[in-house]
Amino acid sequence: MKPLRKFLDKIKPHFHEGGKLSKLQSFYEGMETFLFTPNATSRSGVHIHDSNDLKRTMITVVVALMPCLLFAMYNIGYQHFNAMGTDASFWQMFFYGLLAMLPVIVVSYAVGLGIEFIGAQIHHKEIQEGFLVTGILIPLIVPINTPLWMTAVATAFAVIFAKEIFGGTGMNIFNVALITRAFLFFAYPSKMSGDMAFVKTDPAFGFGGTVPDTFSGATPLGEVATNVGETLSDKIPSTIDAFIGLIPGSPGETSMIAILIGAAILLITGVASWRVMVSVFAGGLAMGALAHAFPTATYPASMLDPLAQVCFGGFAFAAVFMATDPVTGARTKIGQYIYGFLIGVFAILIRVYNGGYPEGAMLAVLLMNAFAPLIDYCVVQVNINRRLKRAKTQ
Amino acid sequence: MLSKRNKEALFNPLSKDNPVLVQILGICSTLAVTAKLEPAIVMGISVIAVLAISNVVISLLRKTIPTSIRIIVQLVVVAALVIIVQQVLRAYAYDVSLQLSVFIGLIITNCILMGRLEAFALSNRPWPAFLDGIGNGLGYMIILVIVAFFRELLGSGTLLNYQVIPQWCYDHGYMNNGLMILPPMALITVGCIIWVHRSRNKDLQEK
Repeated sequence: MKPLRKFLDKIKPHFHEGGKLSKLQSFYEGMETFLFTPNATSRSGVHIHDSNDLKRTMITVVVALMPCLLFAMYNIGYQHFNAMGTDASFWQMFFYGLLAMLPVIVVSYAVGLGIEFIGAQIHHKEIQEGFLVTGILIPLIVPINTPLWMTAVATAFAVIFAKEIFGGTGMNIFNVALITRAFLFFAYPSKMSGDMAFVKTDPAFGFGGTVPDTFSGATPLGEVATNVGETLSDKIPSTIDAFIGLIPGSPGETSMIAILIGAAILLITGVASWRVMVSVFAGGLAMGALAHAFPTATYPASMLDPLAQVCFGGFAFAAVFMATDPVTGARTKIGQYIYGFLIGVFAILIRVYNGGYPEGAMLAVLLMNAFAPLIDYCVVQVNINRRLKRAKTQ
Repeated sequence: MLSKRNKEALFNPLSKDNPVLVQILGICSTLAVTAKLEPAIVMGISVIAVLAISNVVISLLRKTIPTSIRIIVQLVVVAALVIIVQQVLRAYAYDVSLQLSVFIGLIITNCILMGRLEAFALSNRPWPAFLDGIGNGLGYMIILVIVAFFRELLGSGTLLNYQVIPQWCYDHGYMNNGLMILPPMALITVGCIIWVHRSRNKDLQEK
């Protein structure tokens, strides 16, 4: 560590006002605080002393995402070799998945952090750590077969138009990772749904093989939605399969087990709100039960039982990692219940009654992101009115 | 003919006083007709024609119109002109008129029109009113053409229906961006143009 510290101290003067690299000052500071704990302390006023900061919060979420990421790598390999019809060992599958995921992670971080760094240089502001989580969420929710340049374009769009123009980290109205996915979903629909999107069909860096064109790797929900009739398609996996997660889907969303481990980490460390998480599942189960009580042939997803609704698709992933984003969600306690419950309801509502979107969680979270400030406002206003009334009667 | 004041009436709406970028008028049709370049150009020309002629007519009538019914008179004049434009388009550019559908008819509700009639034609002589109409119409058309250029190029890979992006790119995995065809991207494109415009004209920036 010492030589690194010495090196940083040596080059520090170049980055200060008047130095030859003064334009890159925030870049230097970003790197320095990333590598060492900053020793700058506030000198005036009263401050609450807490070892938790933005960086630590973000890293906790990244750690909570690790089970999903590791399982995703294994599942990508599993689906790939399964589609080719060849046997492979656990490590072969994992290694293939690692090679398939790595470029997406690199692209997501390079594009997102690149834009944040440039933005910080232009505005002479500190570099915020906000993209650490977004950068890992994007590879987990973008289908693995999406071309890298599309992921790059979508990430750039989301960081600029959903985050930077609102004022950067902590100011965004919509979840940046979901905007990336929504952009891909509407801009390149043929790459984002259907049979070929969710199982990687090409070799990764010469490893693995090419999947034949006749292969169909639709997600369970895609399979349900395209099979209109009196009974459910017989090709959909059981709820237990979906709980374990060896099914086609966006990388991070398939395994309920991995997501629940992540949820436990988030709840134990107190990073995410349990109110939101619980109420999203409550909303989803309630709406799922309602739809299941009135099954119709026109909307085949209404025949799924509520538990399957929650286990299939991105519902659980959205509930644990997307809805609980403290920036874009509701902040009041009662507001969090309403916000979470409505996300659950809308996710299933879109999923069941809109054939065009067999997966509803993304749109439900984005929709409720827009309403979160309104929910908070109403909750606060109700409280104010109640207290005013009490003050008057006394 | 072109005194300093007339020049301002003609050229200010192109940039410093642009109806779309600065006054944020006529956004509705800007979002609706700009998926392709051709309907955008036709729409722009139609608005220029209607705006210039109605400005002149209202300016000629400005001393005889009673103030209490002036909006009705303006509407009658504009409606008559819009129907003429609509019939001309149906006769000579049928396909484009189908693409523009109701938006030619809706020129009558375009805020730029009523705005210019109220703010300029009612208190100015016909010649400046004519120049003002041409200027504002052009200012509107420029934005339409810029937005439609990007939307058609990125959304369909064509310009004026000619294939611009070569097949070679598609063979190598390039795809048209379907979101550019949808109205939200038109709004974001207009937003980007406003962004560039404001950063070049610092005096227009809001505090």
